[in-house]
Amino acid sequence: MRLFDEARYDFLRFWRPAVLITALFVVPGFVLLLTRGLDFSIEFTGGTFMQVTAMNESMTTERIRSALSAAGLGGAEIQTFGSSGREFAIRARLDPRQDVSEEVTEQTGATVDSVLTAAFGAGGFEIARTEAVGPKVGSELRDRAMLAVVLSLGATFLVLWFRYEWRFGLAAVIATIHDVLATIAFIAYVNLEVSLVVVAAVLLIIGYSLNDTIVTFDRVRENIRRFKREDLYHLLNRSVNETLPRTVLTSGTTLGATLALLALGGPVISGFALVVTFGLVTGTFSSIYIAAPVLRLIEMRWPGEDARGTRAITKPAPATVAP
Amino acid sequence: MSPTIRNRLLVILGLVILAVVSLIPRNVTIRERGPDGQMRNTTVRRVPLSLGLDLRGGIHLALEIDESGGPVANREDAIDRALTVIRTRIDEFGVAEPLIQKEGTDRIVVELAGVKEPGRARAIVERSAFLEWRITDMDNQFGDALETIDLALTRVGVRSGGGAATPLESLLGGLDSAAADSTTADSTAGLTDRPLSEHLFGGGIPGEYLVLEEQFVHVDSLINHPAVQRALPRGIQLMWASEPTSNAGRSYRPLYAVDRRSLLSGDALTDADATIDPTTNQAIVRFSLTRRGGRVFQRETGQHINDYMAIILDGRVFRQPPIIRSQIGREGQIELGSQSVQEAQDLALVLRAGALPAPLQIVEERNVGPSLGLDSIRKGRNAAVAAVLLVVLVMAAYYRTAGLLAIGALVLYVLFTFGGLAMFGATLTLPGLAGFVLSLGMAVDANVLIFERIREELKLAKTGRLAVDSGFQHAMPAIIDANVTTVITAAFLFQFGTGPVQGFAVTLIVGIVASLITAIFVTRTFFMLWLQRRDATKELTI
Repeated sequence: MRLFDEARYDFLRFWRPAVLITALFVVPGFVLLLTRGLDFSIEFTGGTFMQVTAMNESMTTERIRSALSAAGLGGAEIQTFGSSGREFAIRARLDPRQDVSEEVTEQTGATVDSVLTAAFGAGGFEIARTEAVGPKVGSELRDRAMLAVVLSLGATFLVLWFRYEWRFGLAAVIATIHDVLATIAFIAYVNLEVSLVVVAAVLLIIGYSLNDTIVTFDRVRENIRRFKREDLYHLLNRSVNETLPRTVLTSGTTLGATLALLALGGPVISGFALVVTFGLVTGTFSSIYIAAPVLRLIEMRWPGEDARGTRAITKPAPATVAP
Repeated sequence: MSPTIRNRLLVILGLVILAVVSLIPRNVTIRERGPDGQMRNTTVRRVPLSLGLDLRGGIHLALEIDESGGPVANREDAIDRALTVIRTRIDEFGVAEPLIQKEGTDRIVVELAGVKEPGRARAIVERSAFLEWRITDMDNQFGDALETIDLALTRVGVRSGGGAATPLESLLGGLDSAAADSTTADSTAGLTDRPLSEHLFGGGIPGEYLVLEEQFVHVDSLINHPAVQRALPRGIQLMWASEPTSNAGRSYRPLYAVDRRSLLSGDALTDADATIDPTTNQAIVRFSLTRRGGRVFQRETGQHINDYMAIILDGRVFRQPPIIRSQIGREGQIELGSQSVQEAQDLALVLRAGALPAPLQIVEERNVGPSLGLDSIRKGRNAAVAAVLLVVLVMAAYYRTAGLLAIGALVLYVLFTFGGLAMFGATLTLPGLAGFVLSLGMAVDANVLIFERIREELKLAKTGRLAVDSGFQHAMPAIIDANVTTVITAAFLFQFGTGPVQGFAVTLIVGIVASLITAIFVTRTFFMLWLQRRDATKELTI
């Protein structure tokens, strides 16, 4: 079987609509992000998270809420977790305006446990998972997540810089930043809880998107040597088309894997799976529609003057006839 | 078959054997609390892949010095003291392989897999330390009572020889000794049966006994037996040393018979420090006591000159008890003979841990119930199976015969990944499992790159063999560059992530290495074999 064999799509022609689509997706997402803010998990804010499994039908979010409110824990958020209807997530975030001691978070878990035992009986529920993070660890995890993102971006750029000339590196970086922005906008849209694992998913997307872009650029680099006389517009289109079967096939199998994870992996990992699924789509989109046009723009602005001196940076051969 | 192909197949075979061997289920002896509350060694057979707390269920605690009651002087020393104390309580947690370690300079991490009562674990960790000094059994009261104790044990049905009584037997014997009495009354072997004393070797000082380390758990259950506790001389208590010692190549756990009454407790100590005695050039521990403590100590040591004094932290005796050479007041020193400075420092740490309690607070707690862990494993496995099926289907449909080669490589990829994880002792977590599922999709990428390249080369009217060769060669730079970036990302995730995320990073890195090996080396060998079986002049279809 062959897909996109001998494809000759003019991808570069669509760079304006591609940028427009990106802008239409990212800008409202960031407006939402600024107005509503991201839903950071208690790992980052500090506080207590509990996943409670109900053993019978008597447990509802309303009844949990009223039981907790009566015990002075009215600030806790209570949601159903997953799709079974028997799992509940209880979150008590630390109030950043209050100077709370580290010990508070630990007591919250014990209080919730005893309140629920009083309301639903000892056998009526099971605490499947507890996470309690004090303010100090919370800010530390925040810093470490930031460091992981910044440093891995920096290090990959360094590698790109060594392996490719800076024009390619810059274009790959811009395409990757596109993916990160789009993913953050996506997280804002679906109001996904941002936990450490979600940050890991974003980093994975950075890796995957670069991977995709690098394969395309590797072909560009090779074609520049092979077709010295071809203008960059056609050369880029040729490269994207030549790598298209691979791009589609790999994205397809990986997408299949993430969809399997999303469908079967359960609620604990679903946030991760959702972010990676979106990231795969945007990563594939960007390596086709964003990376190559950006490379062309960079080449037009700062023409490459390599030793071969044969890189043509013209627009599609203008069919002008001398008057 | 050409020698090259044979060598390549041998390498692949070697890798497969290595991976399979590292994954063979093996017997692992773990120490855990049985249903009767006693610690004992149990042997389980399992695949040597360690699961993270989020899959096994368990509790992760991060602790720091609690300074809410005022600043603590010398925080780093306080953390070391607290670490010493928690390690002493390692058995109390009642779980196999507890992890207790220092993280950075001011934090202790405790990980207890499979703990069912998080409240109890918290209490054990946060309880303040108790240090006391007691005189060992100088009058050999325990030694004299051993015969009575052996007899008492025999009466309740504990026999010598075979060693461990089953928990049920000893439990029943303890609860219903009258019934046990009648069943063993006709046994005249009572005099020759020595269920406890047969395990005890005489130690170097009065009150010291040595037990083979492998008998430690059994003897521990014996001395905690109600019959033994009843038969023990009044005023005597049995306490284990904190660590085993080795003698003539065997490992022994010292057991001490000590006075029930303590000379002094930790609150009377004000400080302790390890130094080198300038005159003798020996490692010593200097300690100082409060004024009241000094008065008590002076009186007590005066009565116990030439007796041995056990240093006990939370019920465990630290080092061989030193001898009291002279009356000691507020200042004293313990000579460690030819021991190293390190040991003197450890002992000083134990003394300080009792003298200056380091209050701990829990700054992070993650607790996963066992059922959620099992559920996660099941779901992760389902997702992995679905992903494998999907990838296999796509590859077979798209590449036909060559796709089968890729599927063979994928099977080896799965084997190598898990083998690698087991070999490096990596921990599998839920995000790690998710990363593995994802990597299944990505693992075929290298194969896809190569296959697409071979197709292109074939279009240039190259023969099959040439197309395969140049296909591999030309696909290589893209494969390497693309994977290096992912490895870098994973490395930073490992550096800055916490447990589950670190598991993800490790799985990713091992997966990438495995996929490179399979795609570059294994698939190529498969291709060589395939091409050899065909007429080389025939056209290659892919």
